[in-house]
Amino acid sequence: MLTDIDLTVVWALIIAFAVFAYIVMDGFDLGIGILFPAFRPGHERDTAMNSIAPVWDGNETWLVLGGGGLFAVFPLAYAVIMPALYAPIIAMLLGLIFRGVAFEFRWRDPRHRALWDAAFTGGSVVAALAQGITLGALLQGIKVEGRGYAGGWWDWLTPFSLLVGLGILCGYALLGATWLVMRTEGSLQERSRVFSLWLGAATVAAIAAVSAATPFLEGKYWERWFSMPSVLLTAQVPLLVAAASFLFFRSLRQGGERTPFLLALGLFLLSFIGLGISIFPDVVPGRITIWEAAAPHSSQVFLLVGASVLIPVILIYTAYSYWVFRGKVGVTGYH
Amino acid sequence: MLANVDALLLARCQFGFTVAFHIVFPAFSIGLASYLAVLEGLWLATGRQVFIDLFHYWIKIFAIAFAMGVVSGLVMSYQFGTNWSVYADKTGPVLGPLMAYEVLSAFFLEAGFLGVMLFGMSKVGPRLHFLATLMVAIGTFFSAFWILSVNSWMQTPQGHAVNAAGQFVPADWWAIIFNPSFPYRLVHMVLAAYLTTALVVGAVGAWHLLRNRTNGGARTMFSMAMWMLAVVAPIQILAGDAHGLNTLEHQPTKVMAMEGHFESHPDGAPLILFGLPDQEAGTVRYAVEVPKLSSLILKHGLNEPLKGLDTVPRENWPPVPVVFWSFRVMVSLGMLMLLLGCLSLLARFKGRLYQWAPLHRFALAMGPAGFVAVVAGWITTEVGRQPFTVYGLLRTAESASPLQAPAVAASLTAFVLVYFAVFGMGILYILHLMAKSPHRDEAGLEPGAPIRTAGITPASSIGSDHALRPAE
Repeated sequence: MLTDIDLTVVWALIIAFAVFAYIVMDGFDLGIGILFPAFRPGHERDTAMNSIAPVWDGNETWLVLGGGGLFAVFPLAYAVIMPALYAPIIAMLLGLIFRGVAFEFRWRDPRHRALWDAAFTGGSVVAALAQGITLGALLQGIKVEGRGYAGGWWDWLTPFSLLVGLGILCGYALLGATWLVMRTEGSLQERSRVFSLWLGAATVAAIAAVSAATPFLEGKYWERWFSMPSVLLTAQVPLLVAAASFLFFRSLRQGGERTPFLLALGLFLLSFIGLGISIFPDVVPGRITIWEAAAPHSSQVFLLVGASVLIPVILIYTAYSYWVFRGKVGVTGYH
Repeated sequence: MLANVDALLLARCQFGFTVAFHIVFPAFSIGLASYLAVLEGLWLATGRQVFIDLFHYWIKIFAIAFAMGVVSGLVMSYQFGTNWSVYADKTGPVLGPLMAYEVLSAFFLEAGFLGVMLFGMSKVGPRLHFLATLMVAIGTFFSAFWILSVNSWMQTPQGHAVNAAGQFVPADWWAIIFNPSFPYRLVHMVLAAYLTTALVVGAVGAWHLLRNRTNGGARTMFSMAMWMLAVVAPIQILAGDAHGLNTLEHQPTKVMAMEGHFESHPDGAPLILFGLPDQEAGTVRYAVEVPKLSSLILKHGLNEPLKGLDTVPRENWPPVPVVFWSFRVMVSLGMLMLLLGCLSLLARFKGRLYQWAPLHRFALAMGPAGFVAVVAGWITTEVGRQPFTVYGLLRTAESASPLQAPAVAASLTAFVLVYFAVFGMGILYILHLMAKSPHRDEAGLEPGAPIRTAGITPASSIGSDHALRPAE
């Protein structure tokens, strides 16, 4: 039965799913970290942090799952990408360490709270920038010879990768701000709404700029987007982005609480689909396809057995806890 | 060429440094998770207040240790790719799925049961809560199971084939997972985790007994830790011996380095107690040795022949002084643990377990011994595997990423600075908690605390009135 389905594609979809789950879920956690200095110490910061405290660790685990899954089922891609993006990956890991321990340490050590607040913001900003730069560097193409990376250790640094880095920074901050619109009340919510407006504009501008630049990076991107008849299908993506942006600003102005967050997620989903159109079926864009990078059938099957049981259980559990944690976060209680 | 060697050495330093930091936290949390399960089980069985007090005392420490294990583990899961990309490409089809299973089981544990264990006592009832504690303990064991299977396969690879691209590919999963050194390594490591935790618990108990010998909580934890030590230390020595014999069978070069046997001994090898191994000259200087004892231990016969490193090409030698010394550090600490266990039995037999201050001072001094022994044992086995990453099949020099030395040097510096700052603070917070005396009606985790390790905390474990209170 399993031989009828192309497991390589199945695994590519699972890993894409893990990466997307990570981006949207840790995205709003990191976004709150990025916006943290804009909140007043005390009540506002505590509320913002408490709104993500119960979920962020579970969210971050998708990153481990994405990395671990890549190593297991696309080892060649893992082996090429990691050294190529050495500096941003290490920076991201260090950023995530600071961000992670800040949750606990800022509360445990009130005398150094300002320091851990700075670590929380610094870690979140570095992690978000590094993730965007990683994506940009991957899109612009990396130098491969044989089965290894063949470029230098600063190749990732280009105007394009920095643009994507800034775009992700704005996008995560947008997710964080709209999350707070949904989850808080009063002055914090009001401020988050104003942030959402500006960040929404910045994010849409970044999406437009990156989308405009991408087809000029590699021959294949242009072909995948603009050749007939696929253009009839791919053209729907920018149209949907435009529609989602319009609805986003309208709902923000009309005082929507949940819709801005959901529409911001929609923008991320559309960008992710656009990314898929640009690179599929490559795993290292323009260099290595998923079939070239794939581990043997036996490795794919062995891991799929466990993943097909555990991932749904984890998803059900995650959905359940988000359902339970819906509603507003108060300072004195949680209702 | 020189630049290459430098990048390789730096990459090895980086891996050694990050894994040495990382190994400390899981070693502690595996043992502590089991200890918490035992405490709660005893409380349910006997109803004695002191057990639940101790449970609450240690769960606060567990939360921080577990958090640091998670954060430092994140680095490990990416380091194979960043610094050891050739290794990752070649071993991915075999080792990747095993590591992914480790992630999945850890994820499952974090998302599912840790939140209940940390916050849930009043919400789910004691029996269901005990189940959650047991599941966390079992979950930490599963993590150890998969990771040690990966590590053991690197030491004693089997069950694989090699494809056209030069990758190791799975041929027999059962043989890969249960490779020859795995059962020995798993037992040795899990016992080490238990000993490490017993030594820490014993030291904390001893510290509070030295200040107040009537403290009930301190008495109970000291007594439990000393029982654990008295029982497990001898078992660990036997397990270590069995592990050593297994290593002799599959990785004789490592045992030669541990023993400092540069020369072959056709009619009985001496046990070198101490000495200065000289890798260049191929000899141990100033050796203090007991004739024939090594053959007796390793071959169970006084005159059994033992081969030395002179039968192995020099380019396959591990760095002998490192392996020789780290092995001796581990064994000496093991012997001190046995001594502490025996002394505690003697004190117990004489009814002076809580009064004999020198015993308490000894136990206090031995508090960090488990961590040192774990790291020393880890150095012995991993450096002893050199110059290979996959023993006999893939050389370390051929495993590294094509990186320039400055890149690795910069990241190594960053890791050292960040780890000392961040984990140094974490350890300080743990010591701060340990310095507080255990007392009656010990509070659990403060309900308003945004504990990062809670994973995705289920609602049933968080009361509507006090959850997510501000962090003040």
